[in-house]
Amino acid sequence: MQKNDNNLNRHTISILVENRAGVLARIAGLFARRGYNIDSLAVGVTDDESVSRITIVAQGSGYTLEQIEKQLNKLIDVIKVKTLSSGRLTSRELLLIKVHANAQQRAEIMTIAEIFAAKISDMSTESITLELSANAERLANFEEILRPYGIKEIVRTGTIALEKGPSALKL
Amino acid sequence: MIFDFQYLLDFFSANGIIKSIEICTIRHRLLKVIMSKEKMTVARAMVKCLEAEGITKIFGYPGAAICPFYDEIYNSKIQHILVRHEANAGHAASGYARITGKPAVAVATSGPGATNLITAIATAYMDSIPIIFITGQVNSFQIGKDVFQEADITGAAEPFVKHSYLVKDADSVPRIFKEAFYLSQTGRPGPILIDMPFDIQKQEVAFKYPKSVDLRSYKPSTFGNKLQIKRVIEAIKNSKKPLICVGGGAFFSNSQDKLARFSSRCEIPVVSSLMGVSALPHTHPMNFGMLGMHGVRTANIAAKNCDLLILLGARVGDRAAAAIKESEDLKVVHIDIDPAEIGKNIDADVPVVGDLSLILDQILELAPELKHEEWVEKLNSFKIIEQCDYSDDGYVHPKLFINKLNEGLPKNSIIVSDVGQNQIWTAANLHLDGGRFLTTGGMGTMGYSLPCAIGAKSADKKAEVIVICGDGSFQMMFMELATMIQHNIDVKIILMKNNKLGMVRELQTKGYGDRQIAVCLDGSPDFIQLAKAYGISAESINENSQVEGAIKSLIESKKPYVLQVIVDENQRTIIS
Ligand SMILES: Cc1ncc(C[n+]2csc(CCOP(=O)(O)OP(=O)(O)O)c2C)c(N)n1
Ligand SMILES: [Mg+2]
Repeated sequence: MQKNDNNLNRHTISILVENRAGVLARIAGLFARRGYNIDSLAVGVTDDESVSRITIVAQGSGYTLEQIEKQLNKLIDVIKVKTLSSGRLTSRELLLIKVHANAQQRAEIMTIAEIFAAKISDMSTESITLELSANAERLANFEEILRPYGIKEIVRTGTIALEKGPSALKL
Repeated sequence: MIFDFQYLLDFFSANGIIKSIEICTIRHRLLKVIMSKEKMTVARAMVKCLEAEGITKIFGYPGAAICPFYDEIYNSKIQHILVRHEANAGHAASGYARITGKPAVAVATSGPGATNLITAIATAYMDSIPIIFITGQVNSFQIGKDVFQEADITGAAEPFVKHSYLVKDADSVPRIFKEAFYLSQTGRPGPILIDMPFDIQKQEVAFKYPKSVDLRSYKPSTFGNKLQIKRVIEAIKNSKKPLICVGGGAFFSNSQDKLARFSSRCEIPVVSSLMGVSALPHTHPMNFGMLGMHGVRTANIAAKNCDLLILLGARVGDRAAAAIKESEDLKVVHIDIDPAEIGKNIDADVPVVGDLSLILDQILELAPELKHEEWVEKLNSFKIIEQCDYSDDGYVHPKLFINKLNEGLPKNSIIVSDVGQNQIWTAANLHLDGGRFLTTGGMGTMGYSLPCAIGAKSADKKAEVIVICGDGSFQMMFMELATMIQHNIDVKIILMKNNKLGMVRELQTKGYGDRQIAVCLDGSPDFIQLAKAYGISAESINENSQVEGAIKSLIESKKPYVLQVIVDENQRTIIS
């Protein structure tokens, strides 16, 4: 009868919010104090500049997800909340990765980049910086393949996602 | 004369003081500007906003950062009630709001004044009370620099507010106040914080109080979904042993009468959560008392045996949820204004979101007359009370005391209990017909009762307002005796003295092998002398035989009164 957590799943939650100071703090605070873990978070303004779209990837049971949605909806700055259906979404992260690359290795790495359709954003005598936008699995794969060359530095954004098909999350 | 008309027009509109312009050309151009927005300081505008909301009393404690606002209170008709600690301004506002049914206002200065408010903000949040908290803040250009008496109060209070504003520009002030009042009292009521930097209070603003709010992200539901209402009716028709559990939501939606009609029409017994006590008059035949760990036996038996539970404006906190049976064949109807409460602590088969009063109208439109004689009779049979031992032993028995109080209370009395054993004894045994029982069921904040009662009495000067508290809680709030005296607020106080933090002592007795630690209140002052030091009449009793007379003196007193009731330190909360 009383609620318990079970079956953890990963959910991609899209939130339309008022584009105002302090909104992100409210949302991050809500996740922290109610014990919901955030795997990734991305924020950006939408075509309507008074509205920002936040994409949060979080883990939890169906009960937790329902609570997250309801609690988010209670925040006055939150305009709309939608959990994107996992089977039908296009999701992307952007990765910048700087790997060791001397003259001999350079060609090899460039071939890998080409296979993944990654861009070369910078190059030096001993390094090469690649840029790839893809979903999380593809990025992980890319990183794995580059690892043997020696990763000097890596940085990635949070996931952003849209549902496939014509439907849209609008005001 | 050449008149630069465009220049003037620009000038006026830039300053926001133009409503309409009439131009008459006779020989020269004449310009008639109708001023609609008055220019004034923000501090003045704040007071105007409060006046526009019908506020006549506010509770607060001043300091440097809120001085411009106070200086305008000086000029206004709004009465300021000076408390003796900021948290108590919030609790007093809580009592005021709970009795008027409208948002109340509590004010404090920046830094320590603001942080002292936090307990009251959190209490209002957990108890769903509409309060506008106004704090002074350091100059806007100094925020974030750790200047004297700076505290990030919107940050600190974020978990406990329905919404908050850190005011950044003067022009937004009327809108923010309008929104704050609207937000606090619509949907699920709650506290709103407005943090007002010092420099902004002194800036000029073209004041015009908005008529409406424009919040695209906030649209609380009102009526219940029609289909769901039909399912509620079906569920009631199919039930043999229905039960209503009413919570604090009944009061703010003003649904007490509708609840009484609904339960009578369908013959459905009613139990209440701690926040719902007094929603139904005690004399109503369907009233079966308070549910929960500390509730009355019949109510808990009803909750364990019903086949349909209808939750009305009750969030079913963890403590009440524990009293409800876990079973497949129990159907739950949950009616609440806050969708986030539905399905949080207890699964709902039929969720209905909306305003309780409107939903009860919808239900009453469709509900047939029903009888559940067998079920009601069975519950009534449990009501027969076991006699407890009222022998004289140098103590007053708390249950006997509350029973006698029930007999002596005038109609429409407001009883405010604190937290602890005194609260349980009161909530479980109090019988009110009309009037209100107030306590903090959600937060359980010690020291709530006296300031809350001060607020309640300020809202209803005619009602008898009585505090029931413990000797621990009294010592968290007795500074407010001065507030009562200063402002002629005649609250009466029943102090149940057991020389212990009784509730915690009981936990230690039951759960920790009676290893009592940090619960003895030795060193407490002589409360009778203390009351007298404030000029308040006081009496102490320690025999059951004294109870009736003492209650009579308390009720008959036209002035504040303290009645100290000596209670056995080993007394339990569960006393049948
Ligand atoms: C501010 C605060 N601190 C601590 C507690 C924990 N607490 C709950 S009841 C209680 C004892 C209250 O003692 P007293 O006021 O004497 O009432 P009694 O139980 O003796 O009737 C305490 C310490 C609380 N509820 N609130
Ligand atoms: Mg005590």
